[in-house]
Amino acid sequence: MPLSASTVDALAAVVGRGGVLTEAEDLIPYSFDGTAALKQRPEAVIFPRTTAEVSDCVQLAAAARVPIVTRGSGTGLSGGSVPTPGSLVLCVAQMNAILDLDPRNLTLRAQPGAITQRIDEAAARHGLFYPPDPGSMRISTIGGNVAENSGGLRGLKYGVTRDYVMGLEVVLPDGEVARFGNQCVKDVAGYSLKDLFIGSEGTLGIITEVLIRLVPRPAARRTMLALYDRIEDAAATVSAIVAAHIIPCTLEFLDRVTAVCVEDYARVGLPTDCEAVLLMETDGHPAVVAEEAAQMEALARQHGARDVRAAQNEAEALQLAAARRNAFSALARKRPTTILEDVTVPRSELAPMVRFIADTAVAFDLQIGTFGHMGDGNLHPTFLADERDTNEMHRVHEALEAIVKRTLELGGTITGEHGVGLAKKPWLRQQMGDASLGLMRRIKQTLDPHNLLNPGKIFD
Amino acid sequence: MRATLTTIDYSILQQCMHCGMCLPTCPTYDATGRERHSPRGRIALMRAIADGDLEVSPTFGDEMSYCLGCLACQTACPAGVNYGVLFETARSDIQAANVDPALKRRFWRALTLKFLFMRPAALRTAGGLLRFHQTSGLETLSRRIGLTRLLPSDLRRLEPQAPAVARQFSPSLIAPHERPQGAVRARVALLTGCVQDLVFPDINRDTADVLLANGCEVDTPASQPCCGSLHAHNGEIEMAGTLARRLIDLFPPNRYDAIISNAGGCGSHLRHYAPLLAGDPAYSERARIWDGKVRDIQEWLVELGCRQPSASPVDAPATVTYHESCHLVHGQKISRQPRAILRLLPGVTLTELPESSWCCGSAGIYALTQPDQADALLKRKVEHITSTGAEIVATANPGCHLQIARGLKNAGANIRVMHPVSLLAAAYRRVGRA
Repeated sequence: MPLSASTVDALAAVVGRGGVLTEAEDLIPYSFDGTAALKQRPEAVIFPRTTAEVSDCVQLAAAARVPIVTRGSGTGLSGGSVPTPGSLVLCVAQMNAILDLDPRNLTLRAQPGAITQRIDEAAARHGLFYPPDPGSMRISTIGGNVAENSGGLRGLKYGVTRDYVMGLEVVLPDGEVARFGNQCVKDVAGYSLKDLFIGSEGTLGIITEVLIRLVPRPAARRTMLALYDRIEDAAATVSAIVAAHIIPCTLEFLDRVTAVCVEDYARVGLPTDCEAVLLMETDGHPAVVAEEAAQMEALARQHGARDVRAAQNEAEALQLAAARRNAFSALARKRPTTILEDVTVPRSELAPMVRFIADTAVAFDLQIGTFGHMGDGNLHPTFLADERDTNEMHRVHEALEAIVKRTLELGGTITGEHGVGLAKKPWLRQQMGDASLGLMRRIKQTLDPHNLLNPGKIFD
Repeated sequence: MRATLTTIDYSILQQCMHCGMCLPTCPTYDATGRERHSPRGRIALMRAIADGDLEVSPTFGDEMSYCLGCLACQTACPAGVNYGVLFETARSDIQAANVDPALKRRFWRALTLKFLFMRPAALRTAGGLLRFHQTSGLETLSRRIGLTRLLPSDLRRLEPQAPAVARQFSPSLIAPHERPQGAVRARVALLTGCVQDLVFPDINRDTADVLLANGCEVDTPASQPCCGSLHAHNGEIEMAGTLARRLIDLFPPNRYDAIISNAGGCGSHLRHYAPLLAGDPAYSERARIWDGKVRDIQEWLVELGCRQPSASPVDAPATVTYHESCHLVHGQKISRQPRAILRLLPGVTLTELPESSWCCGSAGIYALTQPDQADALLKRKVEHITSTGAEIVATANPGCHLQIARGLKNAGANIRVMHPVSLLAAAYRRVGRA
C-alpha cells in the first residue's frame, strides 16, 4: 500500500517533522546500499531516536500495511538495506549512543546506530578489544553488523559478530519490545532467541539495543607481507600455517589485479609485480607473537614466497590493514561496475577454488580480481565489468553460476559474511534444500505474518 | 562546449559504487547525518539528473551550495571518484539553470565572481576603499551611528572582522624580476593571488624571499589576473577559462622550471588548466605543460632540497601546529611537505593538530553563502587548535588564514596564524641579521 499523507503525519508526530524525509532529493540518496546495481526509491525515510519511537513507528506502519526496511549506514554488500518497492526506510543512524561499558563484566551496551570503529575505540580506552572488523567498520553500524552477522579480517582467530553478541533488544513486527540475553557468560534459559535475530537481515525484528562482549586487547602484534609468483603457493602457505597449529589473527590474500588497485589508492608499498600477496598478522603475548611470526615467515619461504616483509611499526601495520579493508572499493578503479562475491569453502579446498575462479575468468573472457580471507576460506572474487554492456553482464551471470556450483560441490557456502539479501537470493535453495528453506519461511510467517519487515530479502 | 551532468563522461558517475567510505570524512554529513548531505548522496542526485530521473531543481541548488567542496571525500575514496569535476559540473548546471533560490547567495556570487575577481584593478580599488574605511575612523564612526545596520545581515556579521587590507600590495613589495645571490638553481614564476595579494602581500614577499634564499630566480609581474579557482568552484566555467588563458599568456610555461603558488585553493585549480582548456587548440598544449610545472611553494622547496636556516624565526622556543588547507591536502595531496618545512626551523616544535585535515569552514566564499555551517566548522577548528597549546598555527591558504584568525580572535585566544613560508623567511632574515 502506498504511504498516505495521514501516515506521514502520524510518523512525524512521533519522530518530529525533521525526522521524516519525503522529497525526491532526500529519498534518492536512500535508494541503495553498498551493493552494485541495486536501486529502489523508498516512499519515505524516518529517523527515530528511541526504542519507544521505533515501536510507535512500527505500529503505525503495520496498521497502514507499509513495509519497513531498517537501515544503518547503508554499507551492506548484499542489498539487505536496499528499499523494497513502496517501503518506508527506518534509519537508525541517530540512535548512535554507546550506552555503557562495564569493565568488570567486559561488556558494552550500545544503540544500533553506534559506529563499529567507535565501539572498538571505546573498548581500547579500557585496554579492551572488539575484534570483528568488517571492511566498512569506520562507518558501519553495530546494528547492521548484528543483522548481517558481519565478519572481517580477524575472523580466523576471533570469529564473527555472532561470537560477541550477549544480548539484544528487538522491536517485533507488531511493535512489541522484546529483550534476549544478559551479561552472564553462561545462560541456557530457554531457546537462544538472540541467535535467531543475529543475521536475520532485518526480516524478523528491528534491533534497538546490543549488548556485546569485549576481550582483553592483545599486547603485541606483528604484520607481514609474503609475496608469491604463483597463487597456489599462497594457498599452500595458509594450509601449512594452519597445519602447524598456528592461528594467526589475519591471513589475507590479494591477487595481482587487486594489489595494483589497492596500491594505486593507498600508496602503502604493496608490491604490484607478483601474482599473490599474503597479508599475515599475529597478535597476543609478545613472546608468542615473536615466535609465531618467525614460524610463519619460515613457512611462507618454504612454500615458495619470493619475499617476506615485516611492517616496521604500528603505523605501517595499521596502514596495510586499512588498505586491505578498502580492496573491494579500490577495484572499482578498473571498470565502471564492480560485482562482489562472497563464496566461502572449507579451508582445505582453498587452492582448487582459487584456481577454479582464475580458470572461470579465462573461460568467460572476464576480468576478475580476487581477494579475501584465506585463513577462513572466505573469498571475494570481484567481477570488473560495465553494466551497460549486456553481453558482458550475461557472461558475468554465467560465470557466477559456475562459481556458485563449484563452491557448493566443495562443501562451501554462497555467502560467508555479506548475507543473502537480494544479491544471493537466487542460490539459497540450492545450498539449503527445501526442508531448511521451508523452516525459515515458517519462522518468518510466525513472527511477521503480514510480511512487513524487509519483505523479499533472503527468500521470497 | 560546457560539460553538463547529462553530457559528462558517464563513467565518472559510475565510478562511485556507493560503498560509503566517504561518509565519515564529510563535514556536512557529519553535521546532519542525512545521506543527501554526503558525497555519495550528492553523486546519486547527479546521477539521477544524468539519468533523467531528476531535474536541476532549487533543492539540488541548495544541496550543492551546502557542499563545501573541501574534497575530503576524494582523499577517502578508494574507487578514485573525481568528485572535484562532478562538483564543478553540478554547480555549473545550477548556474545555467538559474535555480539557485537564495537571492543573497546570488548577490555575493555576482559581486565577487563576476566583478571583483575578474578585474585585478577593481579588486585592488575595492581593497583600497575598504582600507580607507578601516583606517580613516569612518569605520568606528559608522558603527557608532548605526550605519552598519543598513548592511545585509551577513555583511554586518562579518564587517567587524573583515580582513584588514594591507597598506601596500605585492607590486610595491616585489620587483618584477629578482635574482638570488650566488648561483641560479632554477627560474620560477610567482603567482601572487587575489586575496593573498590584498590581505597578505607580506606572504608573497616571504615566498619570494625563500625562493631567492634557495637559489631561484623569481618573476613576479605587477598585474596578475585571478587564476579562476573561485569561478570554476562556483560553476562559472567560461570565466574560469578566460582567466586561465590570461595567466598562461602572462607566464609562458616553457620559460620556467616551476610556476609557484602559495595559496592552497589557487594551486589546486592551477594544476588543472589542461582539462579546462582541452577544447581550445590554441591553448591546450601550453595548458598541459603548465599543469606539469605548477608547484605549491612548500612542495617546490622540499623537491629542491630546502636549505635549513641556522637561526630561529621566534624569540623564545615556540610550539607550532599545522592546519591543512583542504585544497592543499585533498586537492593537491600535499601534506608531508609543509610539516617538513616546519620541522626544519630551529626553536620551533611541531605538534599535531587533531582533525588537521577537516575543513575550517572558509571554503572560498562559503563563509558568506553558508554562514551557519561555516561558523560551526570554525568553532570546532578553534577548539582543536587551542587544545594543542601551540603559540602559532601554520596554514597555507589565505581563506583558512582569515577564517581561523577571525575564530581565534573571537575566542580570545592569543595564537598567531602564519604561513609556513613566513616562518621560514623570518628565520632566514635572522641569519642575515646575526
